[in-house]
Amino acid sequence: MNTSNIVSPENLVYAKPELMNDMYMHYCPGCSHGTVHKLIAEVIKELGLEDKTIGIAPVGCAVFAYKYIDIDWQEAAHGRAPAVATAVKRLNPDKMVFTYQGDGDLAAIGTAETIHAANRGENIAIIFINNGIYGMTGGQMAPTTLNKMLTSTSPTGRDVQTMGNPLKIVDLMALLDGVCYATRSSVHTAAAVRKTKKAIKLAFENAMAGKGTSIVEVVSTCSSGWKLSPTASNDWMVKNMFPVYPLGDLKNI
Amino acid sequence: MAKVKGYVEVNTQRCKGCGVCVVSCPSDVLELQPREVNDRGYHYVYMKNPDDCIGCANCGYVCPDSCLTIYRKKITQ
Repeated sequence: MNTSNIVSPENLVYAKPELMNDMYMHYCPGCSHGTVHKLIAEVIKELGLEDKTIGIAPVGCAVFAYKYIDIDWQEAAHGRAPAVATAVKRLNPDKMVFTYQGDGDLAAIGTAETIHAANRGENIAIIFINNGIYGMTGGQMAPTTLNKMLTSTSPTGRDVQTMGNPLKIVDLMALLDGVCYATRSSVHTAAAVRKTKKAIKLAFENAMAGKGTSIVEVVSTCSSGWKLSPTASNDWMVKNMFPVYPLGDLKNI
Repeated sequence: MAKVKGYVEVNTQRCKGCGVCVVSCPSDVLELQPREVNDRGYHYVYMKNPDDCIGCANCGYVCPDSCLTIYRKKITQ
């Protein structure tokens, strides 16, 4: 079989989203950030919101998110993305505003901003990447780090007696009246990627419809911080992260 | 009988050789280059068994660096 018969536009099944540019991503090999960036680019294109979307980039590994997706972006101070998004959305009610945050950004330094933006029911979408570690700064313990998980600042494993329990912030946010959609998903298999794409699409539609705050938690890997290969990280995530952070919708109204 | 044939085009410069696509493939088509590397020093992915590809695009969905383009064609015999 000659491949030139197959390689033609009418047989195309899957390609890089048009909104993603050709710049090489700075993420480590196998990092879930790249997959979620791709889904965001696809969803924005499908909803036709290329000119109406404003993304709020966080501090963390995704600090350079604005370099890869060709939409309007604003960089926020560490943890303050929901506060910046509140202002952007209130001043531009016809725009679709979303934040893209990691667990150190959203669940540690930005807890107050996140909880109160959700409690006010701001019409924004929050994409939350939870890998249980501070990836960019060298794998320190985060609020979402699992019990007995090894990190560079808990070298003998997290001890819940002295260091507290893993923070399930999306479960907390699901209790708030301002939140219309809270879900937890993953991107380790093709089926999980499709589910996450649907969740992001619903979150963006809610933001445009003015239904309240939507949060999509993506349970992710950090192969550099976990000191595992990308594929071993995915297996570790399924075995250890999913029992603590079970996948599925927590709220959908 | 109609048969489905697929083809995976790899952007070898963009690939970081993470191997997530290799695990996701149901037909064991992909493999990382054992010796060859791209300009950035990564062992990029290639089609080891191109005849087995069914164009399901599982590899494309899970690829974090969007370096795979998948084609699929129905072949009638």
